Amino acid sequence: MEPTTSGTAADVVTGASVGAAFTGAPPEPGRHRGRLGRVRWWNYLLLGGAAFLCLFPLYWMFIVASTDSATATQMPPEIVPGGNFFHLAGLVFDTVPFLQSILNSLFVATSIGVGHAVLCALAGFAFAKLRFRGNNTLFLIVVLTMTVPTQLAVIPQYMIVSWLGWVDTLQALVVPGLASAFGIFWMRQHISSTVSDELMQAARIDGASTWQIFWRIAFPIVRPAAFVLGLFGFVSAWNDFLWPFIVLKSPERFTVQIAIKALQNERTIDLGLAMSGSFLATLPLLVLFVLVGRRMVAGILDGAFKG
Amino acid sequence: MTATLPSRQIPAPVGTGRTRGRLPFVESLTPYAYVAPFFVLFGIFGLLPFLFTFYVALFDWNPIGDQTFIGLDNFTRMLADPRFWNATANTVSIWLLSTIPQLALALLLAHVLNHARLRFALFFRMSMLVPYITSVAATVIVFAQLFDRNYGLLNWLLGFLGVGPFDFVQTTWGSHLLIAVMVAWRWFGYTTLLYLASLQAVPRDVYEAASIDGAGGWKQFVHITIPSLRPVIIFTVVTSTIGGLQVFTEPLLISGGVLTCGPVRQCQTLSLFLYEQGFGQYEFGYGSAIGVALFVMVIVAAIINYLLSSRIRAER
Repeated sequence: MEPTTSGTAADVVTGASVGAAFTGAPPEPGRHRGRLGRVRWWNYLLLGGAAFLCLFPLYWMFIVASTDSATATQMPPEIVPGGNFFHLAGLVFDTVPFLQSILNSLFVATSIGVGHAVLCALAGFAFAKLRFRGNNTLFLIVVLTMTVPTQLAVIPQYMIVSWLGWVDTLQALVVPGLASAFGIFWMRQHISSTVSDELMQAARIDGASTWQIFWRIAFPIVRPAAFVLGLFGFVSAWNDFLWPFIVLKSPERFTVQIAIKALQNERTIDLGLAMSGSFLATLPLLVLFVLVGRRMVAGILDGAFKG
Repeated sequence: MTATLPSRQIPAPVGTGRTRGRLPFVESLTPYAYVAPFFVLFGIFGLLPFLFTFYVALFDWNPIGDQTFIGLDNFTRMLADPRFWNATANTVSIWLLSTIPQLALALLLAHVLNHARLRFALFFRMSMLVPYITSVAATVIVFAQLFDRNYGLLNWLLGFLGVGPFDFVQTTWGSHLLIAVMVAWRWFGYTTLLYLASLQAVPRDVYEAASIDGAGGWKQFVHITIPSLRPVIIFTVVTSTIGGLQVFTEPLLISGGVLTCGPVRQCQTLSLFLYEQGFGQYEFGYGSAIGVALFVMVIVAAIINYLLSSRIRAER
C-alpha cells in the first residue's frame, strides 16, 4: 500500500492528476452569484487596465531577456521579443549554477507543498474527526500560534539552525515549513464539512484502522483542498527570499531567488542577464499557473484565505 | 446500508468516540501522533526562537565572541539611535504608500468583478494572481529598470508630459514610492480576490433592489459594496500592516544588495536594519532588540484591529 499511496500524494502536488483530483469539485464560485445589470464599457476598460498592469512587467522582462541590455537602455524601447533569448539563457547558466539552483528550489518547494498537503490533512483529520483528550484545547493552541509573529525572530532561528548543524543545508529551508497552523485550520474545515461520520464508522465496522480510514477514505475526499493548500505552500516556498538568504552560503545550495540576486551582483550593468535569470526563475511557476491557476483562484474565492 | 445508520445506534467497538476505550491502545494514541508534527515543528522553529529573541535582546551577544548580560541597554541604545527612528519612519511611509492605493484599487476591481454578466471573468481573475506568483526578487529587477532615472520606460513616458525625469532609486520619496509600487503590485490582485470572495456572499437581491430604486453603479458601490466588506477590509489592513512591517527584499535589492539601502539610509526598513545589525555587524543582541520592537508593533497593530472589528460588530 505504501508505495502506491505516496505516489498519489506526489502526483497531487506535481499536478499530474489535476483532472482526476477535481472531478468532484464544486461549481465555479461566482457563476450564479454577483450583481446583475448591464456591464458598462468602462468596467472592461478598468479591468483591462488592471490586467495590463499585472501582465506587462512580465512581458517586459521577457523582452529584455530575449534581446539584450541595450534594449533596456534604448529609447524608444523595443516592444517585441528578440531572438537572443537562448544566448542570454546560456549565459545565465554559465555565470551561476542555475540548473542546480532550480533543482534546489524544486526540491524545497515540492517538499513543503507535499508536507503541507499531508501533515496538515493528518492533523486536520484528527481535529475534525477523532475524539481525544485535549482535542479542543490543542486546536485552540494551533489557532493561537497564528497570531505569534515568528518571522521576526530570524536571529534566534538562525542560532537554532546553526546548533542543529543545518546552516547552508536545504533541510534548514524544508523542515521548518513542512506544516502550518493555517494549513491545519484549512484542512480541518474541509474535512469536517465533507467527510461523513457514517462513512468512517462503516469503515471501522469493516475493521479499518485509523490510518486506513484517513488514507483510504478521508484524504481522497479532501484531495482537492489538500492540493490547493500544497500549491500555495509550493508558491510561497519557491518565492521565499529572506530565510534562504540568511541560511544559504555556498552557490551550489542556492535557491533560484538567491541565484537571481547573485546574478545581479556579478554584473551589475548587465540587465539582459539579470532579466533572463528572473524570467527563467519565474517560468516554472508560470507554467504551473497556466495548468492550475483556476484552482488557485477558486481556492481564494472559496474563502479559504480569509484567515 | 450501515453507512446511513445514526452514530448512536452503532454498537461498540465500531464508534469513533464513546467506544474509544475498546480500540487497541496504539489506536487511542494515534490522534496525538497526527497532530504532533506541527507542534514539534512550531515549538522548535517558531515558539523557541520567539521566546529566545527576548532573552538574546538582553545581551551584548556576538556569535563569534562573548555574550555579556547588559539588561535593557540594547533598548535604551535603540531608542536613542537615529537609524532606528529613520527605519521606523521609512517603514511607515512605505506601508502607507503601498496600502492605501492597493486597497482602494482592490475595492473598485472587486466591485466590477462581481458583475454576474461579466465576460472573460476567469481571465481577469487569473491575470490578477500573476503578480502573486512572481517572486519579489524578479519583481525588483524589472521595476527598478522600468523606473530607472535615465533609461526607464516610465521616465520616458513622463517626458512626453513634460515632467521628470525622476530619480526613483536615489531619493527618499522616490525610493519609498518605488518600493510601495512593487508591494502594491504584488498584492492588489490577491486582495481583490479576497474582497470578491466576501462580496459573493452578499445576496443578489440587495443589489437588485437598489437597481430597481434607481441606484447606479457608483451608489451601489458606496452604499452596498463598501459596507458589506468592512470586516474583510479590516482584515486586509491588518495583514498588510504586518506584512508592511516586514518589508525586506525590495529595499535590499533596489540598491543592489546594500544593507543600508542607499548612502543616507533613505529606504532602509526595520527588517533591513535588523538584518544589518544582526548579520552585517554581528550584533545579535542589538538585532534581537529590534526584533522585539517589531513584535511590539505587530501586537499593537493586532490590538487596534481587534478593537476596530469589535466596534464594527457592535454597530451591526
